[in-house]
Amino acid sequence: MSRKWNMIVDVERCDNCRVCFLAVKDEHNGNDFPGYAAAQPAQGHKWLDIVRKERGAYPLVEAHFMPVMCNHCDDAPCMKAAKNGAVTRRPDGIVIIDPEKAKGQRQIVEACPYGAVYWNEERQIPQAWIFDAHLLDAGWTQTRAEQCCPTGAFRSLQVEDAEMQRIRAEEGLEVLQPELGTKPRVYYKNLHLMTQCFVGGSVAVDVNGVEECAAGASVVLKQGGREVGRTTTDVFGEWKIDRLPPGSGRYQVEVTGKTGRHVAEFDLGSESRYLGVMKLA
Amino acid sequence: MNLSILLWGIPQAMRAAAKVYPEYAARLKERNVIAQFRLRDEPVGRWVQIADGRVRTGKGLHAKPDIDIHFKSRAIAESFLTPPFDLLERVDAAKNFKIGLEGPDDLAVWFMATLARLESVTWTAGTDMGNGVTRYTNGTNGGPIFVYVKDGRILRTTPMDFDAGDAPSWTIEARGRKFTPPRKTTLAPHAQCQKSMVYSKNRILHPMKRVDFDPNGNRNIANRGKSKFVRISWDEALDIVSGEIRRAKAQGPGAVCVANGSHHQWGNLGHYLSAFNRFWNLIGVTKLVHNPDSWEGWFWGAMHHWGNSMRLGCPEFYGTVEDCLKEAEMMVFWSSDPDASYGFEGTQRRAWAKELGIRMVHIDPYMNHTAAHLGGKWLAPKPGTDAALATALCHVWITEGLYDKDFVARRTTGFEEWRAYVLGEGDGTPKTPEWQERETGIPAREVRALAREWGTKKTYLGVGGWGVGVGGACRSPMGAQWARMMAILGAMQGWGRPGVNFGNLQYGAPLDFNFYFPGYAEGSFSGDLQYSANAANNYQRMPHIVTMSSVRQAIPRMWFPEAIMNGRAMGYLTEVASVQGQFFPFGYPSPGHVPVEMLYKYGSASFGTMVESNRWVRMYQHENLKFVVNQSVWWEGETPYADVILPACTVFEKWDIGEWYNVGAGYVHHMYSMNNHRVISLQHKCIEPLGESKSDYDIFLAVAERLGLGAVYSEGGTTELDWCKRAFESSDMARHTTWRQFLKKGYFVVPSDPEPARAPLANRWFYEGRKKDTPEPYPLPSDYVGSFGEGLQTPSGKFEFVATTLKRIDDPDRPPLNQYMPVYEDPKRDAEFAQFPLQLLTPHSRYPFHVMGDDEGSSVRDIREHRVLRDGHYYLVARLNRQDAEARGIRDDDLIRLWNHRGSVVCAAQVTDRLRPGVVSASTASAEYRPIGEPGRSTDLGGCVNMLNPSKSITKKSHGIRPNTTLIQVERWTGVDTWKPVEVA
Repeated sequence: MSRKWNMIVDVERCDNCRVCFLAVKDEHNGNDFPGYAAAQPAQGHKWLDIVRKERGAYPLVEAHFMPVMCNHCDDAPCMKAAKNGAVTRRPDGIVIIDPEKAKGQRQIVEACPYGAVYWNEERQIPQAWIFDAHLLDAGWTQTRAEQCCPTGAFRSLQVEDAEMQRIRAEEGLEVLQPELGTKPRVYYKNLHLMTQCFVGGSVAVDVNGVEECAAGASVVLKQGGREVGRTTTDVFGEWKIDRLPPGSGRYQVEVTGKTGRHVAEFDLGSESRYLGVMKLA
Repeated sequence: MNLSILLWGIPQAMRAAAKVYPEYAARLKERNVIAQFRLRDEPVGRWVQIADGRVRTGKGLHAKPDIDIHFKSRAIAESFLTPPFDLLERVDAAKNFKIGLEGPDDLAVWFMATLARLESVTWTAGTDMGNGVTRYTNGTNGGPIFVYVKDGRILRTTPMDFDAGDAPSWTIEARGRKFTPPRKTTLAPHAQCQKSMVYSKNRILHPMKRVDFDPNGNRNIANRGKSKFVRISWDEALDIVSGEIRRAKAQGPGAVCVANGSHHQWGNLGHYLSAFNRFWNLIGVTKLVHNPDSWEGWFWGAMHHWGNSMRLGCPEFYGTVEDCLKEAEMMVFWSSDPDASYGFEGTQRRAWAKELGIRMVHIDPYMNHTAAHLGGKWLAPKPGTDAALATALCHVWITEGLYDKDFVARRTTGFEEWRAYVLGEGDGTPKTPEWQERETGIPAREVRALAREWGTKKTYLGVGGWGVGVGGACRSPMGAQWARMMAILGAMQGWGRPGVNFGNLQYGAPLDFNFYFPGYAEGSFSGDLQYSANAANNYQRMPHIVTMSSVRQAIPRMWFPEAIMNGRAMGYLTEVASVQGQFFPFGYPSPGHVPVEMLYKYGSASFGTMVESNRWVRMYQHENLKFVVNQSVWWEGETPYADVILPACTVFEKWDIGEWYNVGAGYVHHMYSMNNHRVISLQHKCIEPLGESKSDYDIFLAVAERLGLGAVYSEGGTTELDWCKRAFESSDMARHTTWRQFLKKGYFVVPSDPEPARAPLANRWFYEGRKKDTPEPYPLPSDYVGSFGEGLQTPSGKFEFVATTLKRIDDPDRPPLNQYMPVYEDPKRDAEFAQFPLQLLTPHSRYPFHVMGDDEGSSVRDIREHRVLRDGHYYLVARLNRQDAEARGIRDDDLIRLWNHRGSVVCAAQVTDRLRPGVVSASTASAEYRPIGEPGRSTDLGGCVNMLNPSKSITKKSHGIRPNTTLIQVERWTGVDTWKPVEVA
């Protein structure tokens, strides 16, 4: 077995500072790397991009950011779509679109289900993030995105596939759209921040006629009478239960404080829910 | 050394250098000259002739030398010419006329620089990376940077990875864990985009002249901003500019005016406080006095409670990273978004705080970048009301006994009066959480919960982007009220005790604060002892010739358009030496001076950074401004509003030197404590200047030569690289490494202090009633009322809840007792604004640095949170709340128009729940100005949202901006512009 490159992206660590996004542009703007990639257009391409996701509603809201790029799939649709062997997979797993052979092959752009391949109008070629193969081949030990990331959101590693699967299981990594069966080499940590929902609320209680935050109240989330989550309100009376599948239907919430209860029901649609102020009575 | 040997050696050295170094041989072919060295008191000398690259020489005096270098005596000549040169002695000889230099200025400068080049031609810079790639170093406003160059072109730029030879990093032990920063630097986005900026399609590559500008005929002033430009030669450009300077100076003192942005490209030499100030001191000009625009409320407000005038009213920060990580239980970020514009070194430290489980609270109408990244409780007050929230916190603390009573009793004055106000004893209105809810919209229960948590847990209060001031709520109509409240909250909790202080982990890393390297505000070679911090250290450390302008006229920058168009403007000084310095009024025109008629504009994006900037556009077309020259790197919004354009180059195309975030003494002492390491860069000339562009230094030198000031400006032909060496030698770096090593490697990491030698914790000395022991030379000795070093810079030496100094000026917006006052532009209170229901926030931008990096060719433009590409143009992003968007039928990326009676700007919508309903947020990040119709009187597509902000001052008797509550309306952009400004005289 040969050691292959993989990238692990931690969604929780991404601050959307965009330095990686700019570093990839810096690397490819005006630079031809024969055999790897032709120069990227000065503006417009986003070989490494960052996707924005808001969860919740004012005032209980979260914002998350996810770097996305060519997944260097083991079963890459772009390879199948390419003619003349324009897309190849190297022994180290990196998928390269040959800038010469791929000329005119716009179908390579359309074949990527992740939208990670860009069309260079001027050069008439499809282009994508090359995992900095030209740098790794020259002795670099990490990609530029990893080198410049101030929060450590990226971790590239060259390991055997079995080792990668062990790491995947151990760290709870996921890939984008696994149902496509493309077997990406880019893995995500804390992907639930982009794909799953939370429900939350703000619990209040009257104490001697004055409204106070209900800290320390217990919150139980149920579905069809079965408990699916449990938490405690913080000093502001706020609570949140995460990792609920979108569109997972009807839920019941039971909030129990020292001096009262509050019960609510809601349907979880495609987005996270803020249930508003829940008054204990 | 014997004089005749020294003089004989000069031509010999030139010949030898030309043989070994082709570059030197080429230099000798540039000019022909006969230069003579002689003594004044005896007929002794030697001439050197350079002709077509060949060097001839003869002993004795020449009949017709071009250049005459004369020494008062043999001893002086021998001392001056004997290496290694004693700079103090050389400067002394020059400024006391012990030597003289006669001849055509440009030739004299060239010849002297050719002599100096004998040494520098032997130096080498950069690291060979193989395959024809050299790794150079440089410095930017967003961090030091490695620059890989191949075939004279920048290949890539990256943060710096440290090597084993660099000084070790510090470690902080906290709660059983050890924290050490990564062994590398970080870059801000506006640094990582620099390569795209260097090669931008938008670079100005040649001198240019407006086609309908004739300096000797019709100037067509009203066509500025409308007419096209034509390429001209440097000679023609310099003739026009130097001719106009002469013409304007003949009108009287102050006719020439210069204007620069608040920032410049990184580097001590090229900075406006250096190259620019030195030149203009030699010319004599009317200056614009900058308001403290990132500090306003701290400067005009908080300063009066605790001093700190030389920090513009902000608190000190030493040791706070270590104390916060060790002790704090909660961090409150109040209008505090360090992740927005100050790099990401602090981001790493805040991640440690999160790992330690420190509770985070964010108070900001926008759930800002830091809040989004860290998480925690978000409280979103209605813009302009934060001071009410803060006052209500005090109410809970007072009524429930949750404040540091001992500290208040020992170290403060005026608390009883403050207490009475908070409890409503005078006005009958107790400032309860319910009271504040009506102003801020924040539930009273949450304020009570926050107050109790804060009053019982050790809490760090991060104020403004730096955690110790800057940006956000301090620049708003309530800026002074708010900053004063922040100081009061600190005093009530006894800041300086363990775990209780100001900061958000952005400042206060445990670095060596005693190691000297000059910051940019120390003015480098400017010789400017009045308008830079040169006198503190630099002037002694790096001998150079003092410069001083004879013109005293000044204009408050906020009202520059009024000064030009109406002929009058009055403001207050941004004086930092004392608290009362800010009470000094000044005005234009000044006694004995003449009106401004020529403007030399440095940089060209003021329309994006100045408030109510349509005024600036109209100013440029006013007949009173007879000549405008613009010196810029990029073609930006303001560039075409000129008559002559001079192309400057980037820092990558010239030599400079500078330390990452080292401002130096002056106004942000020890600013580099934002970083995890002190990193000093030799800013290599990585590539040749693009096109015909030149460094600012070389442009000023060329103009100076036409005015006979070249030798004075360059101190006898000193080049930028020579100045770098002099800066190196002036610093403590020279004790650790050699010039040649530093020049080659390009950076130096300053060793951190061992733990016992670290700087003491901020304000602990005051908390404990000891003499000040933190390493800042403030306040000035004369500002201590008792013994030197004891107490704060207030009349009582204590924290003053009721500010004595504010009793000495009658400013209705700044009563000595900080009472909550609703802000201006309230639709409920002011009918003029009834049609503008939304409040606009215009924070510091995250991706460009102010407007630097927003160039039309920059890679930053592709960032979706900064600009959105629609129909071939990148529109600035404006964020608005989902409910407000839905009410107007606005969706993500739609083009929308933001407008009021001052301005109208088209942006791209970002619909979000991260804003309080009723609030719109768009950064003052536009370097572009693109009016649809008449400039200054139509809608802007460029994104200059400052057009909408008011130009009135933050308080009645001050000179400060007050954006961030501005009332506007928003609608979908129809593409048809019907907007007209309401022009108020």
